[in-house]
Amino acid sequence: MIVMPITFTEKLQETYRTRPDQVAIHMLLAGKPDLPLTYRELLCGAAGYARTLEKNGIQPGEVVVLIFQHSLELVYAYFGAILRGAIPSIMPFLTEKLLPERYRTDLAALVSITRPEAIFTYREFEPEVRVALSPQSSVRAVMVSEDADPPCEPDFEQLGGLSRKPEDIVLLQHSSGTTGLQKGVALSHRAVHNQLESYRRAMHLDENDVIVSWLPLYHDMGLIACFLMPILLGVPLVLLSPFEWVRAPYRLMQAVTKYKGTLTWLPNFAYNFCAQKVRERDLEGVDLSTWRAVSNCSEPMRYESQHAFYERFKPYGLKQEAFCTCYAMAENVFAVTQGGMDAPVTIDAIDRDAMQTKWEALPAVEGRPSVQMPSAGKPIDNTQVRVVNAKGHDLPERKIGELALKSDCMLSGYYHRPDITAKAFTDGWYLTGDYGYMVDGEVYVCGRKKEIIIVGGKNIYPMDLEELAMGVKGVHPGRVSAFGVFDESSGTEDVVIVAEVETKDVAERERIADEIRQAVTRGSAVALRHVHLVGPRWLIKTSSGKNSRLQNKEKYLKEMGM
Amino acid sequence: MADEIVDQLSKLIAEKIIKQPGKVLKTDQALISSGLIDSFSLVDLALLVEDTYGVRIDDSELNADTFDTLEQLATLIRSRK
Repeated sequence: MIVMPITFTEKLQETYRTRPDQVAIHMLLAGKPDLPLTYRELLCGAAGYARTLEKNGIQPGEVVVLIFQHSLELVYAYFGAILRGAIPSIMPFLTEKLLPERYRTDLAALVSITRPEAIFTYREFEPEVRVALSPQSSVRAVMVSEDADPPCEPDFEQLGGLSRKPEDIVLLQHSSGTTGLQKGVALSHRAVHNQLESYRRAMHLDENDVIVSWLPLYHDMGLIACFLMPILLGVPLVLLSPFEWVRAPYRLMQAVTKYKGTLTWLPNFAYNFCAQKVRERDLEGVDLSTWRAVSNCSEPMRYESQHAFYERFKPYGLKQEAFCTCYAMAENVFAVTQGGMDAPVTIDAIDRDAMQTKWEALPAVEGRPSVQMPSAGKPIDNTQVRVVNAKGHDLPERKIGELALKSDCMLSGYYHRPDITAKAFTDGWYLTGDYGYMVDGEVYVCGRKKEIIIVGGKNIYPMDLEELAMGVKGVHPGRVSAFGVFDESSGTEDVVIVAEVETKDVAERERIADEIRQAVTRGSAVALRHVHLVGPRWLIKTSSGKNSRLQNKEKYLKEMGM
Repeated sequence: MADEIVDQLSKLIAEKIIKQPGKVLKTDQALISSGLIDSFSLVDLALLVEDTYGVRIDDSELNADTFDTLEQLATLIRSRK
């Protein structure tokens, strides 16, 4: 009987044995020739890192935080940790606009909750890491890529990865934002395996597929769908840098053309971004006809965004049937649903007023305002989805409630946070915090219960931004409200801050607004669309005295005539 | 000495990129490293410069090391005209 490998190391060992010369990743780095990396090269490089971890006393089951830019080092270090049997977790790299002090605070927060045993980074960045660590820190070793062992033959037995059991934790995923850093989603080998097997069937993956991605690896869409899935299942991956893509979005189209890419995952804003910011001359020779599925995922999806993308790239061979949708979350490893694979994505036109006031998704009526809802598709075959009301009772079709899910690929827990892990589940069902409805077995996602703002696929916690704004002189603690306002043109949310100030002096108000903008950008890497200064007692609070962001947002929109 | 390119850039950037038409940008104000122009708008800046001055800024140059202030951007534009 052939036993299917479950753990990462078992899978990698088998690939190493059966097809070492197959290209695992084509690494695309600006200003350098494309670098094809075979499984042999990938695993030999990773083995050097695994040995370095071992020499530094890092044991299987211990957590290694990786702080690298998009690079070969990141890839080697990730799989190096896996081969060692350690648990990798990627922390986003410091960007130029984020204050180093702020980054240190974030890193310190992550270290204090997750309690990693090791950190791997660049030599140049090591001092930054060291200052963030307290003497009592859990971190026993800070290692730098420059000192990593050179590539060597991987000795799977000896390195430690094979000692890991399917139920053991294989990796942690942290979502962004200070609040997010306090929650590392811990996933087991078996959970990832079950997700990949189910998602492989949903996507009809086969040997002709090529995945092309520019997504960052610290986020589930980039890490699971566009890094681990292709590498563990043997599908070639073309990997671009998010840093470079945002400056040159046409590179995605050129990469699809050159490598005959078939599958890509994009957050909604990227459809608008590509449609608006790619020049004709950069599309010379571009052929997108090989793209069989471009899945819209990770922020609320908009029909208009996909349509703009289609119109822009239709002349370059983009097929309408390539449009797909996906509803995903790190707590389910990745995908919950997938739409558009076996039939075009259903667009459900619903009555806008009924959705907003009666919590019902009623078919649109001629002459009344409507909303075009793209279906997120059916749950993948290992996942069940229910729509429940506040009491946890099932709701009928077309009634809007909270989405709950159950699967054989759920998180093992929030790492070192049994308190919030217990709260997340009710009778074995995970409550997602997203609102939606179902029709004919397909899931439609309407919005979020939590007040998280999603900008370009990145979760932003409003309290983090409010905290930063409150640090500005002239702004009172507790008198700030941050929220997201959807922008039709960019296809994502703009972040707005409303702050109460006493002064009526124009120059002083301008100073305050500028400083809020500066404080938020430097402290969170989030650019504000608008800072709206108001007089005392403008902000609405809930009966318990809490900031009512939704009501403040409504008041703001009214004032702005939006 | 008044600098036409700087003045014009200041207006265009405030209006089209930062979307605060009245805002006055100082000649030596950090634009990129301060986050005033965020990474999602860098490609807009490159397109704006190209459309206005016919000068191409390569995407590898869209960072604070190549230019960060209006003055530096104007110098870059002038050197390529």
